[in-house]
Amino acid sequence: MTSTMLGSTAPEAKDPTPVPIAIPTNRDRGDRVYRALATFGGTVTFVLMALIAVFLLTRGWDALRVAGWRFFTEQGWEPGAGRFGIGSMLPYTVVIALVALFIAVPVSIGVALFITECAPRRIRRPLTSLVDVLAAVPSLIYGLWGLFFLQPRLLPLSRWLGDHLGFIPIFGVSGEGPRPLSLFAGSAFVAGIVVSLMVIPICTAVMREVFSQTPAGEKEGALALGGTRWGVIRDVVLPFGRSGIIGGSMLGLGRALGETIAVTLLISVAFDWKWSVIEQGGNSIAAHIALRFSESTEFGISALMGAGLVLFAITLVVNAAASVVVARSRTGAATEI
Amino acid sequence: MPPVETAPAATPTLSLVAGAGTRAVRIRRFEARDAVLLVGSSISSLALTWLLYERLTPLSGTFGFWVSWYATFLAMVGVTNVVEYDAVRARDRIATVVLWSVGLGVITPLLLVVGYTIARGIGALRIQFFLEDQRYVGALSRADEGGGRHAIIGTLQQVGLAALISVPLGLLTAVYLSEVRGRLARPLRMVTDAMSAIPSIVAGLFIYALWILTLGNSPSGFAGALALSVLFLPTVTRTSEVVLGLVPGGLREASLALGGTEWRTTTGVVLPTARTGLATAVILGIARVIGETAPLILTIGGAFVVNANPFSGKQDALPYFVYRLVRFPQPAQIQRAWTGALVLLVVVLALFVIARVIGGGGPDHISRFRRARLRRKGLA
Repeated sequence: MTSTMLGSTAPEAKDPTPVPIAIPTNRDRGDRVYRALATFGGTVTFVLMALIAVFLLTRGWDALRVAGWRFFTEQGWEPGAGRFGIGSMLPYTVVIALVALFIAVPVSIGVALFITECAPRRIRRPLTSLVDVLAAVPSLIYGLWGLFFLQPRLLPLSRWLGDHLGFIPIFGVSGEGPRPLSLFAGSAFVAGIVVSLMVIPICTAVMREVFSQTPAGEKEGALALGGTRWGVIRDVVLPFGRSGIIGGSMLGLGRALGETIAVTLLISVAFDWKWSVIEQGGNSIAAHIALRFSESTEFGISALMGAGLVLFAITLVVNAAASVVVARSRTGAATEI
Repeated sequence: MPPVETAPAATPTLSLVAGAGTRAVRIRRFEARDAVLLVGSSISSLALTWLLYERLTPLSGTFGFWVSWYATFLAMVGVTNVVEYDAVRARDRIATVVLWSVGLGVITPLLLVVGYTIARGIGALRIQFFLEDQRYVGALSRADEGGGRHAIIGTLQQVGLAALISVPLGLLTAVYLSEVRGRLARPLRMVTDAMSAIPSIVAGLFIYALWILTLGNSPSGFAGALALSVLFLPTVTRTSEVVLGLVPGGLREASLALGGTEWRTTTGVVLPTARTGLATAVILGIARVIGETAPLILTIGGAFVVNANPFSGKQDALPYFVYRLVRFPQPAQIQRAWTGALVLLVVVLALFVIARVIGGGGPDHISRFRRARLRRKGLA
């Protein structure tokens, strides 16, 4: 295997696409050292990922062995009493991530379409940069902002949802009559909305990338047939970018599942599972680890390692699936018109 | 199938992509009539919503009012365009209005977050925030007493150490992916993607399990740096690989054709060409990890006084400082947390702007500073 690839430019080539030919090279010792060094750098990543899995497993093994399969169903967290599990934490984590995606996905599709199809050329780059800045703001600051600025302004909306749409289980609220606003503070709904701000840049980046690869010829064809811009978006860009939308959403899901600090600051911890999204109380695996870490015994830390291992495995699976979907997306290179 | 002879593609007269040599044709115009329709729709929908909201139905609330206004506005745009043009055009108009409002509206949370952080943090920001630590500060002290020097020192050391670990490793990995292209390149790319997605708290748990529990070290700034470098490495690798991929292949081939070895090609041609892009990659990586809190909760221990030795003793960090103080009930402590948050946000935004300025162009872009230096050497 050599690194040197040159395009074949032989005039008699039938195939119009240039085929790389391999050039045999004699490497001197410097080059062999260089390749060994780069390969070593590359293997560090493999080793690190393996170490993360191994250490979380070995350190969490004590607790996981005690809990057994009940680790996935037990809702409480009392490692001292041998009763602990992620039975409510895991669904709450997923709920927060789903609330975040429910907002982030439509917004990201809109922003990505706006940047690729709609915006004047002058504002495309600045807008792309601004969306990237949204990703650069630390999640700690989102958490603070959500706690002090957004949550007080969001509670009336939560109460409105509870009062008028309470018959839907996710908007159900306990109690009757005029409900105090504090009943809605620290809910999965509020946490999910703040997390959505962190997910939007990730989804937008993937979708923008895929939308921008829509073959210009197909778009021009649709326009030439009399299509409007919306027609082009609906019938060419969106079908072309479907895998980008799915893949981007899944990458965002992976990020939302692992989001720690913003959720830690916002959520008011509850261990019993309920369907209501807007009522006070929720939890997430990452936030639970951050909150319980300092006050845990050795066995308690082992239990937290077990929870961390589950979170690690879930984000790995979600991201691997997302990578496969994005990589499979049809690229414009295959389209000739 | 025999290759089909095709005439060389004529320059498209209707191109959405205005490349070199093609002339972009404006396929739609925003005429005065459209502007009148939009303004008219917005005014009439405002009036209609006000009438419905404030006079005819017992609804209230600012948020609900503007949601209703927006829905009415969209309906109004649709109706007026159906009357003036046709239904197809109306759908297009509604979609355009929605895309514009989403595209520009996404900036709103950014402005709100930055604006609110400045408003909350600026009040107690004094110069001694950079000069003093929390040594003589209690929970009941005034908010502008003491400072975050210990946290700033800790953050600089931890992020610096993390960069020292991750940048060389990340660059080597990127060189492997982009230049060596060995057998492991495909799986390595996948694993790097997976690694860039691991939750930050898991990175902290990992270093706690490895460095503190198994190897028996105590919490220190270096443990925090290790945890940060787990998050730093994939970021640097991914962005550097993209940057190296932008270096034109012709440059590599020219170097090899002149008899350069692979080592010389990489160090003498590829890396210098990609220099500004690599600097951008590093700065963006720093901007990402400098605000990470979760891995530090588990690894650095936290402190209220300066500890300038990252290898022994507990240390503080700016994000951890903020995280801990904001959970106090006293307003002065919360105020201190906001001051720290403002400093952190300014640093992150400044890093981001620096990265954009130096990495603004592609690999053949020559920055102003570099141009000046080349001119001194008589090369440009």
